[in-house]
Amino acid sequence: MDRRPGLQPGRAPPAAGDVKRFAASWIAALLLGCAAPAAQDTRRSGFDEMGASTQAMQRDDAGSPAMLWVQEGEQLWRAAPASSRSCAGCHGEPSALRGVAARYPAWDEPLRRPVNLGTRINLCRERHGASAPGPPNTEGLLSLEALVGLQSRGQPIAPPQDDRLLPHRARGEALYRQRIGQLELSCAQCHDERAGGRLGAALIPQGHATGYPLYRLEWQALGSLGRRLRNCMTGVRAEPVAYGSEEMAQLELYPAARAMGMAVETPAVRP
Amino acid sequence: MRRAVGAGLVAAAYLAGTAAAQDVARYAVEGDAIAQPLTGEPGDAQRGRAIVANRQLGLCLLCHRAPVPEERFGATAPDLAGVGARYSVAQLRLRVVDPRRANPASFMPAFHSAHNPPRIGGAWAGKPILQAQQVEDVVAYLATLR
Ligand code: HEC
Ligand code: HEC
Ligand code: HEC
Repeated sequence: MDRRPGLQPGRAPPAAGDVKRFAASWIAALLLGCAAPAAQDTRRSGFDEMGASTQAMQRDDAGSPAMLWVQEGEQLWRAAPASSRSCAGCHGEPSALRGVAARYPAWDEPLRRPVNLGTRINLCRERHGASAPGPPNTEGLLSLEALVGLQSRGQPIAPPQDDRLLPHRARGEALYRQRIGQLELSCAQCHDERAGGRLGAALIPQGHATGYPLYRLEWQALGSLGRRLRNCMTGVRAEPVAYGSEEMAQLELYPAARAMGMAVETPAVRP
Repeated sequence: MRRAVGAGLVAAAYLAGTAAAQDVARYAVEGDAIAQPLTGEPGDAQRGRAIVANRQLGLCLLCHRAPVPEERFGATAPDLAGVGARYSVAQLRLRVVDPRRANPASFMPAFHSAHNPPRIGGAWAGKPILQAQQVEDVVAYLATLR
């Protein structure tokens, strides 16, 4: 079976009429050098590991509970209290942000550090007075993140070629490989060495962050990548990284590099 | 009982347990075994089974299969069935206390170790996963799995 990123008809299928975008993503993946036909890509999204009914839930936007958050995001996108401007007021249609989610975390010059997509949206509130909702991981922010993420669905994950990010990505990778918490396990031990095994009832995925924010059946809600990473960390009884922090953005940079070229599935569904 | 290691194989005896972690018993590792029980009270296999079966306490079944039919289990580690025949009590004790002394690359956590790993969560800092007596109980249970 063809496992080249961005070319899997079964995964996060593009809407009809998105074929051109899909082809473009394939070319982009080629340029990034991670889809050379000779080299077999063994990366698997969490989608590939799920049961058929959960896959069907993700495929069917009409039935996916994640789309409720997207609808909420569309309302927030246009909403503007008297004191502030709406996202639409500056950015126009959500589709203007096509491809943006695929390249986050990215560098923020005023903060002089990488920020993830959630933080980036909050910055528009702080700097531009946009009407985004409160602290990280609130429903409103998740909804906007899902809406922005959806605009990149099907596109290859494309971390920016930005030298300023390199030391941060390296710090993220170091944390990924460090044995942490009372159980002294690293992300790498689970997701690189033990992927495919089972922890209790849960299958250990390769840990590619392709579909965030996503609807988790266990959470009964949409959740951010930050929530996922914090869950993995508290699972090994470690002090989790804080939402919105520099450390969180660093830890997200490394999985983004690992998943380069894989298709964005946002908003995905997971068990 | 089968001897864990010949006397000639006794590697550098190692004393764990520092003032930093009062909850951790002192023990000596010889070869791939800990011969001396961690406590004066003999392990209780019944209690040990309950610890192994408990997902929050023993965690064992997150990774291991075991002859505990009433619980679901993971599959990233060897089946504990028969483990009492494969290892001596002293070897089992080391494998629960600190398996990385037997295999540095081990995926299995150290259940009774004095060292505080990086980023340990506040609620767990300075504490071993299992108390000394719980380790003895678990070892007593494992020894019955023949
Ligand atoms: C003890 C094993 C373990 C460790 C350590 C661990 N994870 Fe996970 N991780 C899992 C499991 C199991 C899942 C699947 C979620 C579930 O079903 O509970 C998961 C899910 C994920 C996912 C989501 C994949 C998807 O398809 O959406 C990402 C990303 C991830 N982990 C990254 C990390 C990072 C980064 C670290 C280190 C900070 C880490 N994990 C540490 C076991 C682990
Ligand atoms: C008053 C204008 C304004 C408003 C309102 C606004 N933005 Fe922005 N946004 C910007 C500007 C300008 C940038 C470019 C970076 C910068 O200067 O901060 C930006 C950048 C972004 C980016 C990153 C784009 C990239 O290419 O990296 C995202 C995502 C985004 N905005 C989302 C939102 C959302 C969601 C809202 C509503 C909650 C919103 N913005 C409201 C002006 C605005
Ligand atoms: C996070 C995973 C994990 C947990 C939790 C865990 N183990 Fe293990 N265990 C392993 C792995 C993997 C091995 C295989 C050897 C190795 O990696 O060191 C192992 C090996 C063993 C062995 C040696 C078995 C053999 O056949 O070689 C024993 C005995 C054992 N574990 C008992 C336990 C007990 C008792 C508990 C709970 C108190 C437990 N383990 C919890 C992962 C785990």
